[in-house]
Amino acid sequence: MSDSKKVLIANGQGFWGDSILGPVRLVNEGPLDYLTLDYLAEVTMSIMQKLKSRRPEMGYATDFVKLIDRVLPQLVEKNIKVVANAGGVNPHACKDAVMAVIEKHGFKGIKVAVVEGDDILDQLDDLMAKGEDMKNMDTGEPLSTVRDTVTSANVYLGAFPIAEALDQGAQIVITGRGTDPGLVIGPMIHEFGWKADEYDKIAAGTVAGHIVECGAQCTGGNYTDWRNVPDMARIGYPIIEASADGSFVVTKHEGTGGMVTVSSVTHQLAYEMGDPANYITPDGIADFTSFNMEQEGPNRVRVSGVKGAPPTPTYKVSMSYHDGWKSVGQLTVSGPDALEKAELCAQIVWQRLAFDGFDYDASERMVEFVGANVCHEGIELEGAGEPAEIVLRMGVKGSDQEKIERFGPELVPLVTSGPPGVTGFAGGRPKATEIIGYWPALLRKELIKTSVSVFCS
Amino acid sequence: MPIVPLSTIANARSGDKGEGSNVGIIGRSRPAYEFLKGALTPDAVRVHMKQINFGKVRRYDADNMMVLNFLLEDSLGGGGSASLKTDAQGKTHGLALLRMSMEVPQNVLDSVSK
Repeated sequence: MSDSKKVLIANGQGFWGDSILGPVRLVNEGPLDYLTLDYLAEVTMSIMQKLKSRRPEMGYATDFVKLIDRVLPQLVEKNIKVVANAGGVNPHACKDAVMAVIEKHGFKGIKVAVVEGDDILDQLDDLMAKGEDMKNMDTGEPLSTVRDTVTSANVYLGAFPIAEALDQGAQIVITGRGTDPGLVIGPMIHEFGWKADEYDKIAAGTVAGHIVECGAQCTGGNYTDWRNVPDMARIGYPIIEASADGSFVVTKHEGTGGMVTVSSVTHQLAYEMGDPANYITPDGIADFTSFNMEQEGPNRVRVSGVKGAPPTPTYKVSMSYHDGWKSVGQLTVSGPDALEKAELCAQIVWQRLAFDGFDYDASERMVEFVGANVCHEGIELEGAGEPAEIVLRMGVKGSDQEKIERFGPELVPLVTSGPPGVTGFAGGRPKATEIIGYWPALLRKELIKTSVSVFCS
Repeated sequence: MPIVPLSTIANARSGDKGEGSNVGIIGRSRPAYEFLKGALTPDAVRVHMKQINFGKVRRYDADNMMVLNFLLEDSLGGGGSASLKTDAQGKTHGLALLRMSMEVPQNVLDSVSK
């Protein structure tokens, strides 16, 4: 392996719901070695468990299969490898669906790998019996307080099982829950042969992974000085040009919109950050205060000198549990006197519900007058006048499903039995939906077994 | 000293962090960042955002990136799926903080003017 070897690793999906154009354009508009895709948020795992319990062949990111169907010929032609956490809580079902797409296209000899071991929902009672109390990291309460309502439980796995899958020749690697940066570090470990104790390099991969994990948020998306961002409609998704020593360049394909500057990259580095000196992953700790950034050319930011430290002895576990019900709806109130009428509408709704025996206390109810400074409440705005119209947004939450369900039907009647100029009820009656609670905990690594299996078309 | 919005000398990015949010304030220049390290205290942020955040405010500094990272403990109406708020993920909290009016020395203003 020569020291000058460069590996191009892109992220084409920042979350489940991100545009399919990101990955489609990445495989078409320039050179690429690896396409990573992030589909999982905390709440997603719980939704997927529910889908799987209804239909045993579901429980993964179906968008991923559609994407593979669309770009497979280019992936094969250009030998681009794909690493995606699209497996959700049913990675083998995802693999089967991907294999079916590969068969349909008629490609032989393509290897698809599944990384598993993250889903511990079926092992929770065993683990608790072994003395693991899986205390909530935020509140300190033991898991036993919500055990009966837990709907998903997944360990954030690291990057090494992904590298192992690539070592075995996989072109497509499907995982369940893992760290987001792990999708990017896995290919680096595979390409450069990094060892588990090369903490600075692992940390560099972590920084690279964090920069690209939200897709276009590092290439000019959600950027403060938005007027300076060129051609946002065709914004380029980010690519890491990785080197064996851990240094890397953040860039994007030539001719795409957006921009890669020290400032655009710093914006993303600051996203969802806790203590920047201690960014903990299962593969090591990265120090985000250690490195240097430099603009080495147009749309090229070099990052070097990342320092790391050994990992902790625990995995982070993300669990979800049933935490009650909520219902939210909205109507639009036009002027004149939009705000005053919207305030009256809100009072009417609470009063009518009270006539019917349903009282919601302050912690159970919410009213927003969207258009009258909801997002920046309490902060004085210059030049803010009477709004021409207001979106009245109301909601309730609590443990009693019937009480939460009762709220929705009292919103729409305002159109005919409230002040004039109330409209925008096309969405129909708001319905009660489940609140999914989030339970973060730690678990000793030796209790978790990961595995990699490879399948060939 | 001139009074300007914080946005004159800094950028921001924010997002959710459990039941709270983080706001990364990015200095537009080294002098702006050094000034903000002294002037933009956690308490100043807490007071400015008192109708958005109902918990403590902590600050972490990353000199290499010129980022002051503020953690707002209780700013999402319960957070995650439990929140009924429009901005349940604190996406707009960065812009909220950039609206803060500050007295800024002329040399700091000069360092960010193009």
